[in-house]
Amino acid sequence: MLEIKNLHVKLEEEEKQILKGVDLTVEAGKVHAIMGPNGAGKSTLSYVLSGRDGYEVTDGEAVLDGTDLLDAEPEERAAAGLFLAFQYPVEIPGVGNMTFLRTAMNAQRKARGEEELSAGDFLKLVREKAKSLKIDADMLKRPVNVGFSGGEKKRNEILQMAMLEPKMCILDETDSGLDVDAMKLVAEGVNALRDEGRGFLVITHYQRLLDHIKPDVVHIMADGRIVKTGGPELALEVENNGYADILAEVNA
Amino acid sequence: MALPEQKQTATEARLSALSLPEGGCLMAARRAALSRVQTMGLPTRRDEYWKYTRPDTLVDAAVPTAEVFVSDEAPMFDEFDRLKIVFVDGVFDADASDDLTLEGVSVERLVELAAKDIHWATDLYGVLEARGQTPVERPLAALNSAFATDGVAIHVTGKPSKPISFIYKHLDANSDAILHHVVRVDAGAEATILENGPAAARFNHVMEIDIADTGTLHHVRAQGRDHERRAATHVFARLGTESVYKSFTLTVNGVLTRNDQVIEITGDDAVAHVAGACVGDGDFHHDDTVFITHDALNGESRQVFKKVLRNGATGVFQGKILVKEGAQKTDGYQISQSLLLDDDSQFLAKPELEIYADDVACSHGSTSGAIDEEALFYLRSRGVPVGEATDLLTLSFLAEAVEEIEDDAIADAIVNRLEGWMARRR
Repeated sequence: MLEIKNLHVKLEEEEKQILKGVDLTVEAGKVHAIMGPNGAGKSTLSYVLSGRDGYEVTDGEAVLDGTDLLDAEPEERAAAGLFLAFQYPVEIPGVGNMTFLRTAMNAQRKARGEEELSAGDFLKLVREKAKSLKIDADMLKRPVNVGFSGGEKKRNEILQMAMLEPKMCILDETDSGLDVDAMKLVAEGVNALRDEGRGFLVITHYQRLLDHIKPDVVHIMADGRIVKTGGPELALEVENNGYADILAEVNA
Repeated sequence: MALPEQKQTATEARLSALSLPEGGCLMAARRAALSRVQTMGLPTRRDEYWKYTRPDTLVDAAVPTAEVFVSDEAPMFDEFDRLKIVFVDGVFDADASDDLTLEGVSVERLVELAAKDIHWATDLYGVLEARGQTPVERPLAALNSAFATDGVAIHVTGKPSKPISFIYKHLDANSDAILHHVVRVDAGAEATILENGPAAARFNHVMEIDIADTGTLHHVRAQGRDHERRAATHVFARLGTESVYKSFTLTVNGVLTRNDQVIEITGDDAVAHVAGACVGDGDFHHDDTVFITHDALNGESRQVFKKVLRNGATGVFQGKILVKEGAQKTDGYQISQSLLLDDDSQFLAKPELEIYADDVACSHGSTSGAIDEEALFYLRSRGVPVGEATDLLTLSFLAEAVEEIEDDAIADAIVNRLEGWMARRR
């Protein structure tokens, strides 16, 4: 589903290479986790895939179900089925959460040549999805993420994911800033979306999120490359021994 | 003291092109206003409060031509049930206006008033304008009091069931309209006044508003989309105890708009909110000059002004909060912000606070900025195309001002116009 080959990325403004040849394939129906120390390039990978400014791809490619991601505008990538759950969801005062969700859904439908969702159908859908994420009517009415707690912001990300039904979901440190209960709620939301046709890339520092969202494949990223790939046991190894042992082994 | 020669000459040139209307009981007020103009002289660019806005075309005896604009939109506020008062190029249009009767309010034209001697109106006409000449001179308003050719006196005695709505049409490319309205809101009375339309090629507008204790007035104006027209408007409001005045002004396009609002809180526990949203591009020039005086206890005032500028447009904000000695527990807030959609546009802001009481809470802020790139990326990453995302963020920027409108239906109508402006430029 998502195929990343030999991806090299540097910062646009300075001569700093961040990704140094990332190869990664996420199959439909699978959950891949990327772990790694600070500065490994994990978040950069998520930003480059979703089209944030400030990065320059110097080599390689990223293709989602036949769509060349790297040449597309961010909104085109979204319409092609890519979704990034932000580590720091952005507050947008003055734009109601519902308006935002409906605008996004209909923009994607329009881009795909589908009919826009009627106000009634949209309302029904959003209420249903919000309920399972314990998002109340007030949170739906309030401006996007304004005054939301850390947990509310992350739940709101998952709500957007549930509404937009992307093919490929990238979760960028979704566990950061969450207490155990909030993390469980978010994980349940993600698990409810696991589906044969959908791929996940879960970026995290810690193994604890992976207790709740069980990955099929775990990658260790360091210094702009994926240095080791294994099963869920790899995450446990990190949890027990830290990254140092794995990195020493790779560099040996 | 003699006026500078240039000012003297310009003032004389303008005055010689005008003649005092037959005033009846307003004649004394008109003569007094004329004498104020002669003493102050009309504004020039050297005047402190005209530093950022060239007054020449507002002062010149000759009216700059403004081709008549034909809109493809339904007129503003068309969908509302309201009492319509129509002026075409500054002249009352009885046929297009409603019968001016409505329970809870009396509406009379100045010409009728002049013949009758209605006390509350003669006590108000030119009076608040004269009070508003210190400490900052507003000679164009005095010119208006002297020479206004038309206007109405509105006396709100109850709670009229619908808004009183001024519709200003511009059908003559060289019209020069001078309108003056006086509004008195009685104790416990409450009304909404709407104003929309370009009025004339050049429009000089004054509204004097006297709100008695516990009275409430909502005031919503929409200026635009007629780009070539010029306007200098003044609102002078005096607020009694526990009275409320809330105003919002939308400006869409216009080569020159200067909106002065002078508000004096004279009774305790009064509330004054003035807000404005303007959007413009190219040679758009928009100036909000606001002066709020707190002269009573526990007053609350808010100034919320937002400007969206592109393609070299200019926005000006000169806002002042004056808290007089003894006006304790004053709560004053002032924010002026511009969203610059490119590098060519400019926002000139002069926020001022002058406080002589020691137990007050006053805050002010002014910012200029571009679209927030983080927010833009967030929206785009959810599939919203860049144009639509920019529009959403522009509306988000304006929201704090629009939220000052209490009536949701009116606020929606305003947002609708803003969306129209953005859609035409996408």
